[in-house]
Amino acid sequence: MSTIYILWLRQLKRYVRSKPRMVGALGQPLLFLVALGFGFGPIYAKAGGGNYIDFLAPGIIAMGVLFTAVFTGIEIIWDRQFGFLKETLVAPVSRMQIMIGRTLGGATVATIQGLIVFLMTLAIGFRPASVLMLPVALVFIFVTAVFFAGLGTCFGSYLEDMQAFPLIMNFLMMPLFFLSGSLFPLAGLPAGIQAVAAVDPLTFGVDGLRGALTGMSHFSMGIDFVILSLMALTVLSIGRALFARIQI
Amino acid sequence: MNIIEVKDLVKKFDGFTAVDDISFTVPEGQIFAFLGPNGAGKTTTIKMLTTLLHPSSGTITLNGADPMKDQEAVRRSFGIVFQDQSLDDELTAWENLEFHGVLYHVSKELRRKRIGDMLHFVELWDRKDDLVKHFSGGMKRRLEIARGLLHHPKVLFLDEPTLGLDPQTRNHIWSYIKNLNGTEKITVFFTTHYMEEAGRVADQVAIIDHGKIMIQGAPDELKTKTGTKSLEDAFLSLTGRDLREENASSKDQMRKSQRVWGRR
Repeated sequence: MSTIYILWLRQLKRYVRSKPRMVGALGQPLLFLVALGFGFGPIYAKAGGGNYIDFLAPGIIAMGVLFTAVFTGIEIIWDRQFGFLKETLVAPVSRMQIMIGRTLGGATVATIQGLIVFLMTLAIGFRPASVLMLPVALVFIFVTAVFFAGLGTCFGSYLEDMQAFPLIMNFLMMPLFFLSGSLFPLAGLPAGIQAVAAVDPLTFGVDGLRGALTGMSHFSMGIDFVILSLMALTVLSIGRALFARIQI
Repeated sequence: MNIIEVKDLVKKFDGFTAVDDISFTVPEGQIFAFLGPNGAGKTTTIKMLTTLLHPSSGTITLNGADPMKDQEAVRRSFGIVFQDQSLDDELTAWENLEFHGVLYHVSKELRRKRIGDMLHFVELWDRKDDLVKHFSGGMKRRLEIARGLLHHPKVLFLDEPTLGLDPQTRNHIWSYIKNLNGTEKITVFFTTHYMEEAGRVADQVAIIDHGKIMIQGAPDELKTKTGTKSLEDAFLSLTGRDLREENASSKDQMRKSQRVWGRR
Protein backbone atom coordinates (compact mmCIF):
# COMPACT_ATOMS: atom_id res chain seq x y z
CA MET A 1 0.00 0.00 0.00
CA SER A 2 2.79 2.41 0.92
CA THR A 3 4.44 1.65 -2.42
CA ILE A 4 1.32 2.62 -4.34
CA TYR A 5 0.97 5.73 -2.21
CA ILE A 6 4.53 6.98 -2.68
CA LEU A 7 4.35 6.51 -6.47
CA TRP A 8 1.00 8.28 -6.54
CA LEU A 9 2.43 11.11 -4.46
CA ARG A 10 5.39 11.45 -6.78
CA GLN A 11 3.14 11.94 -9.82
CA LEU A 12 1.22 14.64 -7.97
CA LYS A 13 4.34 16.46 -6.85
CA ARG A 14 5.73 16.45 -10.33
CA TYR A 15 2.46 17.82 -11.67
CA VAL A 16 2.18 20.61 -9.14
CA ARG A 17 5.81 21.60 -9.74
CA SER A 18 5.60 21.83 -13.51
CA LYS A 19 3.34 24.86 -13.86
CA PRO A 20 4.16 25.52 -17.54
CA ARG A 21 2.91 22.06 -18.38
CA MET A 22 -0.24 22.52 -16.34
CA VAL A 23 -1.04 25.82 -18.04
CA GLY A 24 0.07 24.56 -21.46
CA ALA A 25 -2.33 21.65 -21.24
CA LEU A 26 -5.22 24.06 -20.68
CA GLY A 27 -4.56 26.03 -23.87
CA GLN A 28 -6.00 23.49 -26.25
CA PRO A 29 -9.30 22.94 -24.41
CA LEU A 30 -9.72 26.68 -24.02
CA LEU A 31 -9.18 27.24 -27.73
CA PHE A 32 -11.64 24.52 -28.68
CA LEU A 33 -14.18 25.83 -26.22
CA VAL A 34 -14.03 29.41 -27.47
CA ALA A 35 -13.54 28.78 -31.19
CA LEU A 36 -16.02 25.94 -31.60
CA GLY A 37 -18.40 27.01 -28.87
CA PHE A 38 -18.91 30.51 -30.18
CA GLY A 39 -18.17 29.64 -33.81
CA PHE A 40 -20.72 26.85 -34.23
CA GLY A 41 -23.10 27.97 -31.48
CA PRO A 42 -25.43 30.00 -33.74
CA ILE A 43 -25.59 27.27 -36.42
CA TYR A 44 -26.26 24.60 -33.79
CA ALA A 45 -29.07 26.70 -32.32
CA LYS A 46 -30.52 27.40 -35.79
CA ALA A 47 -30.53 23.66 -36.53
CA GLY A 48 -32.68 23.19 -33.45
CA GLY A 49 -29.99 21.64 -31.24
CA GLY A 50 -30.29 24.20 -28.46
CA ASN A 51 -27.36 25.72 -26.60
CA TYR A 52 -24.14 24.39 -28.15
CA ILE A 53 -21.91 25.38 -25.20
CA ASP A 54 -24.01 23.08 -23.01
CA PHE A 55 -23.46 20.26 -25.45
CA LEU A 56 -19.79 21.00 -26.00
CA ALA A 57 -18.61 21.61 -22.41
CA PRO A 58 -18.58 17.93 -21.29
CA GLY A 59 -16.72 17.01 -24.48
CA ILE A 60 -14.02 19.58 -23.82
CA ILE A 61 -13.65 18.50 -20.19
CA ALA A 62 -13.15 14.94 -21.43
CA MET A 63 -10.59 16.22 -23.91
CA GLY A 64 -8.52 17.80 -21.14
CA VAL A 65 -8.68 14.54 -19.20
CA LEU A 66 -7.78 12.41 -22.21
CA PHE A 67 -4.61 14.20 -23.23
CA THR A 68 -3.28 14.77 -19.72
CA ALA A 69 -3.91 11.16 -18.74
CA VAL A 70 -2.25 9.65 -21.79
CA PHE A 71 0.72 11.91 -21.34
CA THR A 72 1.30 10.95 -17.70
CA GLY A 73 1.43 7.31 -18.78
CA ILE A 74 3.83 8.00 -21.61
CA GLU A 75 6.14 9.66 -19.08
CA ILE A 76 7.38 6.15 -18.28
CA ILE A 77 9.54 6.55 -21.38
CA TRP A 78 11.22 9.56 -19.83
CA ASP A 79 11.73 7.77 -16.56
CA ARG A 80 13.28 4.92 -18.47
CA GLN A 81 15.59 7.12 -20.50
CA PHE A 82 16.64 9.26 -17.56
CA GLY A 83 17.20 6.37 -15.25
CA PHE A 84 14.60 6.79 -12.55
CA LEU A 85 12.66 3.73 -13.68
CA LYS A 86 15.65 1.54 -12.76
CA GLU A 87 15.50 2.83 -9.20
CA THR A 88 11.91 1.63 -8.89
CA LEU A 89 12.49 -1.66 -10.71
CA VAL A 90 15.35 -2.89 -8.50
CA ALA A 91 13.39 -2.14 -5.33
CA PRO A 92 11.99 -5.10 -3.37
CA VAL A 93 8.38 -4.40 -4.40
CA SER A 94 6.18 -5.91 -7.07
CA ARG A 95 5.93 -4.32 -10.46
CA MET A 96 2.18 -4.43 -10.24
CA GLN A 97 2.22 -2.08 -7.26
CA ILE A 98 4.54 0.29 -9.10
CA MET A 99 2.32 0.24 -12.15
CA ILE A 100 -0.86 0.80 -10.14
CA GLY A 101 0.67 3.65 -8.14
CA ARG A 102 1.88 5.39 -11.25
CA THR A 103 -1.36 4.93 -13.14
CA LEU A 104 -3.53 6.11 -10.26
CA GLY A 105 -1.24 9.11 -9.83
CA GLY A 106 -1.60 9.93 -13.52
CA ALA A 107 -5.37 9.48 -13.32
CA THR A 108 -5.55 11.80 -10.31
CA VAL A 109 -3.53 14.44 -12.14
CA ALA A 110 -5.82 14.14 -15.18
CA THR A 111 -8.89 14.39 -12.94
CA ILE A 112 -7.58 17.63 -11.45
CA GLN A 113 -6.89 18.91 -14.93
CA GLY A 114 -10.47 17.97 -15.92
CA LEU A 115 -11.83 19.91 -12.96
CA ILE A 116 -9.84 22.98 -13.99
CA VAL A 117 -11.32 22.71 -17.50
CA PHE A 118 -14.74 22.41 -15.86
CA LEU A 119 -14.13 25.72 -14.08
CA MET A 120 -13.16 27.21 -17.45
CA THR A 121 -16.44 26.10 -18.98
CA LEU A 122 -18.27 27.75 -16.08
CA ALA A 123 -16.44 30.98 -16.79
CA ILE A 124 -17.52 30.84 -20.41
CA GLY A 125 -21.18 30.44 -19.56
CA PHE A 126 -21.80 26.72 -19.11
CA ARG A 127 -24.23 25.84 -16.29
CA PRO A 128 -24.65 22.21 -15.12
CA ALA A 129 -28.26 21.07 -14.97
CA SER A 130 -28.08 19.86 -11.38
CA VAL A 131 -25.61 20.36 -8.56
CA LEU A 132 -26.63 17.00 -7.09
CA MET A 133 -25.25 15.19 -10.12
CA LEU A 134 -21.78 16.72 -9.83
CA PRO A 135 -20.36 13.76 -7.85
CA VAL A 136 -21.55 11.47 -10.65
CA ALA A 137 -19.76 13.70 -13.15
CA LEU A 138 -16.62 13.41 -11.03
CA VAL A 139 -16.88 9.62 -11.17
CA PHE A 140 -17.05 9.69 -14.97
CA ILE A 141 -14.09 12.06 -15.16
CA PHE A 142 -12.06 9.77 -12.91
CA VAL A 143 -12.89 6.51 -14.70
CA THR A 144 -12.11 8.17 -18.04
CA ALA A 145 -8.81 9.34 -16.53
CA VAL A 146 -8.01 5.83 -15.30
CA PHE A 147 -8.67 4.38 -18.74
CA PHE A 148 -6.42 6.82 -20.55
CA ALA A 149 -3.68 6.82 -17.92
CA GLY A 150 -3.73 3.02 -18.28
CA LEU A 151 -3.53 3.37 -22.07
CA GLY A 152 -0.57 5.73 -21.66
CA THR A 153 1.07 3.16 -19.36
CA CYS A 154 0.68 0.57 -22.13
CA PHE A 155 2.38 2.85 -24.65
CA GLY A 156 5.04 3.90 -22.18
CA SER A 157 5.86 0.29 -21.32
CA TYR A 158 5.89 -0.87 -24.90
CA LEU A 159 7.83 1.96 -26.56
CA GLU A 160 11.51 2.59 -25.97
CA ASP A 161 11.65 6.23 -27.05
CA MET A 162 9.46 9.15 -28.01
CA GLN A 163 9.77 8.69 -31.77
CA ALA A 164 6.33 7.15 -32.02
CA PHE A 165 4.70 9.78 -29.85
CA PRO A 166 3.45 12.02 -32.72
CA LEU A 167 2.08 8.92 -34.47
CA ILE A 168 0.10 7.97 -31.41
CA MET A 169 -1.22 11.49 -30.98
CA ASN A 170 -2.22 12.03 -34.61
CA PHE A 171 -3.43 8.59 -35.58
CA LEU A 172 -4.94 7.37 -32.35
CA MET A 173 -5.64 10.04 -29.76
CA MET A 174 -6.98 12.69 -32.14
CA PRO A 175 -9.36 10.26 -33.90
CA LEU A 176 -10.49 8.89 -30.53
CA PHE A 177 -11.32 12.44 -29.52
CA PHE A 178 -12.99 13.61 -32.74
CA LEU A 179 -15.09 10.47 -33.23
CA SER A 180 -16.32 10.22 -29.65
CA GLY A 181 -19.31 12.51 -29.82
CA SER A 182 -17.43 15.17 -27.89
CA LEU A 183 -18.01 17.82 -30.53
CA PHE A 184 -21.21 16.73 -32.25
CA PRO A 185 -24.18 14.49 -31.51
CA LEU A 186 -23.86 10.86 -32.61
CA ALA A 187 -27.48 10.56 -33.69
CA GLY A 188 -27.91 10.68 -37.46
CA LEU A 189 -24.24 10.14 -38.32
CA PRO A 190 -23.14 7.74 -41.11
CA ALA A 191 -23.06 4.11 -39.99
CA GLY A 192 -19.26 3.90 -40.36
CA ILE A 193 -18.62 6.70 -37.91
CA GLN A 194 -21.26 5.37 -35.54
CA ALA A 195 -19.52 2.00 -35.57
CA VAL A 196 -16.18 3.58 -34.69
CA ALA A 197 -17.81 5.66 -31.96
CA ALA A 198 -19.36 2.54 -30.49
CA VAL A 199 -15.91 1.07 -29.72
CA ASP A 200 -14.31 4.35 -28.71
CA PRO A 201 -13.93 4.43 -24.90
CA LEU A 202 -14.15 8.20 -24.88
CA THR A 203 -17.68 7.94 -26.35
CA PHE A 204 -18.88 6.39 -23.11
CA GLY A 205 -16.84 8.74 -20.94
CA VAL A 206 -18.23 11.82 -22.68
CA ASP A 207 -21.76 10.44 -22.85
CA GLY A 208 -21.83 9.64 -19.14
CA LEU A 209 -20.30 12.98 -18.27
CA ARG A 210 -22.82 14.78 -20.46
CA GLY A 211 -25.63 12.84 -18.86
CA ALA A 212 -24.44 13.86 -15.40
CA LEU A 213 -23.82 17.50 -16.26
CA THR A 214 -26.69 18.29 -18.64
CA GLY A 215 -29.18 15.46 -18.33
CA MET A 216 -28.82 14.61 -22.04
CA SER A 217 -27.20 11.33 -23.03
CA HIS A 218 -27.13 9.16 -26.12
CA PHE A 219 -26.91 5.86 -24.25
CA SER A 220 -27.76 5.80 -20.56
CA MET A 221 -25.38 6.67 -17.74
CA GLY A 222 -25.59 3.14 -16.34
CA ILE A 223 -24.53 1.58 -19.64
CA ASP A 224 -21.80 4.20 -20.05
CA PHE A 225 -20.43 3.45 -16.61
CA VAL A 226 -20.40 -0.32 -17.01
CA ILE A 227 -18.78 -0.29 -20.45
CA LEU A 228 -16.20 2.36 -19.53
CA SER A 229 -15.26 0.53 -16.32
CA LEU A 230 -14.85 -2.78 -18.14
CA MET A 231 -12.69 -1.09 -20.74
CA ALA A 232 -10.60 0.53 -17.99
CA LEU A 233 -10.06 -2.82 -16.25
CA THR A 234 -9.07 -4.40 -19.55
CA VAL A 235 -6.54 -1.70 -20.37
CA LEU A 236 -5.11 -1.87 -16.83
CA SER A 237 -4.52 -5.60 -17.11
CA ILE A 238 -2.85 -5.14 -20.50
CA GLY A 239 -0.75 -2.34 -19.01
CA ARG A 240 0.20 -4.58 -16.12
CA ALA A 241 1.41 -7.30 -18.47
CA LEU A 242 3.38 -4.86 -20.61
CA PHE A 243 4.90 -3.13 -17.58
CA ALA A 244 5.98 -6.49 -16.17
CA ARG A 245 7.89 -7.18 -19.38
CA ILE A 246 10.02 -4.03 -19.31
CA GLN A 247 13.74 -4.84 -19.46
CA ILE A 248 16.35 -2.23 -18.76
CA MET B 1 32.09 -16.29 4.09
CA ASN B 2 31.56 -15.34 0.45
CA ILE B 3 28.79 -12.81 0.01
CA ILE B 4 28.82 -13.11 -3.79
CA GLU B 5 29.41 -16.39 -5.60
CA VAL B 6 29.27 -16.57 -9.36
CA LYS B 7 29.75 -19.83 -11.23
CA ASP B 8 29.94 -20.44 -15.00
CA LEU B 9 27.85 -17.35 -15.70
CA VAL B 10 26.84 -16.79 -19.35
CA LYS B 11 24.68 -14.11 -20.96
CA LYS B 12 23.85 -14.18 -24.66
CA PHE B 13 21.90 -11.54 -26.61
CA ASP B 14 20.68 -13.02 -29.89
CA GLY B 15 23.90 -14.61 -31.01
CA PHE B 16 26.23 -12.18 -29.23
CA THR B 17 27.85 -13.42 -26.02
CA ALA B 18 28.20 -10.50 -23.62
CA VAL B 19 29.34 -12.55 -20.63
CA ASP B 20 31.17 -15.73 -21.46
CA ASP B 21 31.43 -18.31 -18.70
CA ILE B 22 32.82 -16.31 -15.78
CA SER B 23 33.26 -17.46 -12.18
CA PHE B 24 34.40 -15.48 -9.16
CA THR B 25 33.73 -15.01 -5.47
CA VAL B 26 33.72 -11.96 -3.24
CA PRO B 27 34.33 -12.50 0.50
CA GLU B 28 32.15 -10.49 2.88
CA GLY B 29 33.54 -7.06 3.75
CA GLN B 30 35.85 -6.80 0.76
CA ILE B 31 36.15 -4.05 -1.82
CA PHE B 32 36.08 -5.75 -5.18
CA ALA B 33 36.91 -3.96 -8.43
CA PHE B 34 35.70 -5.12 -11.80
CA LEU B 35 37.80 -3.61 -14.57
CA GLY B 36 37.44 -3.77 -18.31
CA PRO B 37 37.19 -1.72 -21.50
CA ASN B 38 33.87 -0.45 -22.87
CA GLY B 39 31.58 -3.30 -23.84
CA ALA B 40 33.59 -5.90 -21.90
CA GLY B 41 30.54 -7.17 -20.00
CA LYS B 42 30.85 -5.28 -16.72
CA THR B 43 27.42 -3.70 -16.69
CA THR B 44 25.76 -6.87 -17.98
CA THR B 45 27.30 -8.77 -15.06
CA ILE B 46 26.07 -6.17 -12.56
CA LYS B 47 22.59 -6.35 -14.07
CA MET B 48 22.53 -10.12 -13.58
CA LEU B 49 23.81 -9.83 -10.01
CA THR B 50 21.11 -7.26 -9.23
CA THR B 51 18.11 -9.19 -10.66
CA LEU B 52 17.67 -6.91 -13.68
CA LEU B 53 18.69 -9.51 -16.27
CA HIS B 54 18.24 -13.27 -16.46
CA PRO B 55 21.47 -15.18 -17.06
CA SER B 56 21.49 -17.52 -20.07
CA SER B 57 23.17 -20.12 -17.85
CA GLY B 58 25.27 -20.44 -14.70
CA THR B 59 24.50 -19.69 -11.08
CA ILE B 60 24.66 -16.62 -8.85
CA THR B 61 24.38 -16.50 -5.09
CA LEU B 62 24.16 -13.13 -3.39
CA ASN B 63 23.95 -13.06 0.39
CA GLY B 64 22.86 -16.71 0.27
CA ALA B 65 20.01 -16.23 -2.23
CA ASP B 66 19.55 -16.70 -5.96
CA PRO B 67 18.72 -13.40 -7.72
CA MET B 68 16.29 -15.12 -10.07
CA LYS B 69 14.50 -17.41 -7.61
CA ASP B 70 14.42 -15.18 -4.57
CA GLN B 71 14.29 -11.73 -6.10
CA GLU B 72 12.91 -9.90 -3.09
CA ALA B 73 15.47 -11.21 -0.60
CA VAL B 74 18.30 -10.34 -2.98
CA ARG B 75 16.91 -6.88 -3.70
CA ARG B 76 16.68 -6.10 -0.02
CA SER B 77 20.30 -7.04 0.51
CA PHE B 78 22.03 -4.74 -1.95
CA GLY B 79 22.19 -1.06 -2.78
CA ILE B 80 23.18 0.16 -6.20
CA VAL B 81 24.54 3.26 -7.86
CA PHE B 82 23.92 2.95 -11.57
CA GLN B 83 26.27 4.09 -14.27
CA ASP B 84 23.71 6.66 -15.45
CA GLN B 85 21.96 9.06 -13.19
CA SER B 86 18.78 7.62 -11.73
CA LEU B 87 17.38 10.34 -9.48
CA ASP B 88 14.11 12.17 -9.96
CA ASP B 89 15.13 15.70 -10.93
CA GLU B 90 11.78 17.18 -9.97
CA LEU B 91 12.03 15.98 -6.38
CA THR B 92 14.27 17.33 -3.62
CA ALA B 93 17.25 15.44 -2.21
CA TRP B 94 15.21 14.53 0.86
CA GLU B 95 12.23 13.38 -1.21
CA ASN B 96 14.41 11.15 -3.35
CA LEU B 97 15.70 9.42 -0.23
CA GLU B 98 12.23 9.28 1.31
CA PHE B 99 10.91 7.61 -1.85
CA HIS B 100 13.69 5.05 -1.67
CA GLY B 101 13.10 4.40 2.03
CA VAL B 102 9.41 3.71 1.46
CA LEU B 103 10.11 1.35 -1.43
CA TYR B 104 12.57 -0.56 0.78
CA HIS B 105 10.13 -0.76 3.69
CA VAL B 106 12.32 1.24 6.08
CA SER B 107 10.08 2.22 9.02
CA LYS B 108 9.15 5.88 9.32
CA GLU B 109 11.24 6.68 12.39
CA LEU B 110 14.30 4.82 11.20
CA ARG B 111 13.88 6.42 7.78
CA ARG B 112 13.95 9.93 9.18
CA LYS B 113 17.09 9.25 11.20
CA ARG B 114 18.88 7.36 8.47
CA ILE B 115 18.10 9.95 5.77
CA GLY B 116 19.61 12.61 8.04
CA ASP B 117 22.68 10.50 8.78
CA MET B 118 23.27 9.71 5.12
CA LEU B 119 22.84 13.30 3.99
CA HIS B 120 25.42 14.35 6.59
CA PHE B 121 27.68 11.52 5.48
CA VAL B 122 27.80 12.70 1.86
CA GLU B 123 27.79 16.36 2.96
CA LEU B 124 24.49 17.31 1.38
CA TRP B 125 22.52 18.10 4.52
CA ASP B 126 22.46 21.83 3.71
CA ARG B 127 20.90 21.11 0.34
CA LYS B 128 18.31 18.60 1.50
CA ASP B 129 15.31 20.68 0.41
CA ASP B 130 16.69 21.69 -2.99
CA LEU B 131 15.39 20.15 -6.18
CA VAL B 132 17.88 17.67 -7.59
CA LYS B 133 17.77 19.38 -10.98
CA HIS B 134 19.81 22.20 -9.48
CA PHE B 135 22.58 19.80 -8.34
CA SER B 136 25.95 19.37 -10.06
CA GLY B 137 27.01 15.97 -11.38
CA GLY B 138 29.16 15.32 -8.32
CA MET B 139 26.36 16.21 -5.91
CA LYS B 140 23.96 13.90 -7.72
CA ARG B 141 26.49 11.08 -7.47
CA ARG B 142 26.91 11.65 -3.74
CA LEU B 143 23.16 11.68 -3.28
CA GLU B 144 22.91 8.39 -5.17
CA ILE B 145 25.51 6.87 -2.89
CA ALA B 146 23.52 8.07 0.13
CA ARG B 147 20.41 6.52 -1.40
CA GLY B 148 22.14 3.22 -2.14
CA LEU B 149 23.13 2.96 1.54
CA LEU B 150 19.83 4.06 3.06
CA HIS B 151 18.37 0.61 3.71
CA HIS B 152 21.55 -0.85 5.30
CA PRO B 153 22.47 -3.12 2.39
CA LYS B 154 25.02 -5.93 2.76
CA VAL B 155 26.52 -5.19 -0.65
CA LEU B 156 26.87 -1.88 -2.44
CA PHE B 157 27.19 -2.03 -6.24
CA LEU B 158 28.77 0.96 -7.92
CA ASP B 159 28.85 1.02 -11.71
CA GLU B 160 31.54 3.55 -12.70
CA PRO B 161 30.83 5.78 -9.70
CA THR B 162 33.45 8.40 -10.57
CA LEU B 163 32.85 8.68 -14.31
CA GLY B 164 32.92 12.28 -15.48
CA LEU B 165 33.70 13.78 -12.08
CA ASP B 166 36.56 16.12 -11.17
CA PRO B 167 39.52 14.76 -9.14
CA GLN B 168 38.31 16.45 -5.92
CA THR B 169 34.90 14.80 -6.10
CA ARG B 170 36.43 11.49 -7.09
CA ASN B 171 38.70 11.61 -4.07
CA HIS B 172 35.77 12.39 -1.80
CA ILE B 173 33.72 9.56 -3.17
CA TRP B 174 36.50 7.05 -2.62
CA SER B 175 37.06 8.26 0.90
CA TYR B 176 33.32 7.78 1.62
CA ILE B 177 33.53 4.29 0.26
CA LYS B 178 36.65 3.42 2.22
CA ASN B 179 35.05 4.82 5.35
CA LEU B 180 31.91 2.93 4.84
CA ASN B 181 33.68 -0.31 4.28
CA GLY B 182 35.37 0.28 7.63
CA THR B 183 32.38 1.42 9.71
CA GLU B 184 29.42 -0.49 8.28
CA LYS B 185 31.31 -3.64 7.26
CA ILE B 186 29.70 -3.40 3.88
CA THR B 187 30.95 -5.28 0.83
CA VAL B 188 31.60 -3.01 -2.14
CA PHE B 189 31.55 -4.19 -5.74
CA PHE B 190 32.50 -1.54 -8.27
CA THR B 191 33.49 -1.11 -11.89
CA THR B 192 35.75 1.64 -13.17
CA HIS B 193 38.03 2.78 -15.97
CA TYR B 194 40.39 4.51 -13.58
CA MET B 195 43.03 1.88 -12.87
CA GLU B 196 44.88 3.98 -10.38
CA GLU B 197 41.74 4.36 -8.25
CA ALA B 198 41.05 0.66 -8.38
CA GLY B 199 44.60 -0.09 -7.33
CA ARG B 200 44.35 2.28 -4.41
CA VAL B 201 40.95 1.25 -3.08
CA ALA B 202 40.29 -2.37 -3.96
CA ASP B 203 41.28 -5.48 -2.00
CA GLN B 204 40.71 -7.59 -5.06
CA VAL B 205 40.61 -6.82 -8.77
CA ALA B 206 39.26 -8.80 -11.72
CA ILE B 207 39.96 -7.71 -15.28
CA ILE B 208 37.29 -8.68 -17.80
CA ASP B 209 37.37 -8.41 -21.57
CA HIS B 210 35.15 -9.82 -24.31
CA GLY B 211 32.98 -11.33 -21.58
CA LYS B 212 35.82 -13.35 -20.01
CA ILE B 213 37.79 -12.77 -16.83
CA MET B 214 41.42 -12.44 -17.92
CA ILE B 215 42.99 -12.30 -14.49
CA GLN B 216 41.98 -11.89 -10.87
CA GLY B 217 43.76 -11.13 -7.57
CA ALA B 218 45.05 -8.41 -5.28
CA PRO B 219 46.38 -5.36 -7.19
CA ASP B 220 50.03 -6.15 -6.33
CA GLU B 221 49.58 -9.76 -7.29
CA LEU B 222 48.30 -8.71 -10.71
CA LYS B 223 51.33 -6.53 -11.35
CA THR B 224 53.62 -9.41 -10.44
CA LYS B 225 51.72 -11.88 -12.59
CA THR B 226 51.81 -9.67 -15.68
CA GLY B 227 55.31 -8.35 -14.99
CA THR B 228 54.14 -4.72 -15.24
CA LYS B 229 54.78 -1.68 -13.07
CA SER B 230 51.26 -0.33 -12.78
CA LEU B 231 47.74 -1.70 -12.92
CA GLU B 232 47.16 0.39 -16.03
CA ASP B 233 50.01 -1.36 -17.83
CA ALA B 234 48.72 -4.71 -16.65
CA PHE B 235 45.29 -3.76 -17.99
CA LEU B 236 46.65 -2.70 -21.38
CA SER B 237 48.87 -5.75 -21.71
CA LEU B 238 45.83 -7.98 -21.13
CA THR B 239 43.19 -6.14 -23.12
CA GLY B 240 45.31 -4.69 -25.93
CA ARG B 241 45.54 -1.12 -27.15
CA ASP B 242 42.78 -1.09 -29.77
CA LEU B 243 39.99 1.44 -29.43
CA ARG B 244 36.53 0.15 -28.54
CA GLU B 245 33.66 1.64 -30.51
CA GLU B 246 30.12 1.65 -29.29
CA ASN B 247 26.94 2.61 -31.12
CA ALA B 248 24.99 5.67 -30.05
CA SER B 249 22.62 4.54 -27.35
CA SER B 250 18.91 5.11 -27.48
CA LYS B 251 19.48 7.66 -24.76
CA ASP B 252 21.54 9.85 -27.07
CA GLN B 253 18.70 9.76 -29.54
CA MET B 254 16.31 10.54 -26.72
CA ARG B 255 18.24 13.64 -25.74
CA LYS B 256 17.80 14.81 -29.29
CA SER B 257 14.08 14.22 -29.41
CA GLN B 258 13.67 15.80 -26.01
CA ARG B 259 15.19 18.98 -27.33
CA VAL B 260 12.71 18.87 -30.20
CA TRP B 261 9.85 18.42 -27.80
CA GLY B 262 11.24 21.03 -25.47
CA ARG B 263 10.74 19.43 -22.08
CA ARG B 264 12.75 20.31 -19.00
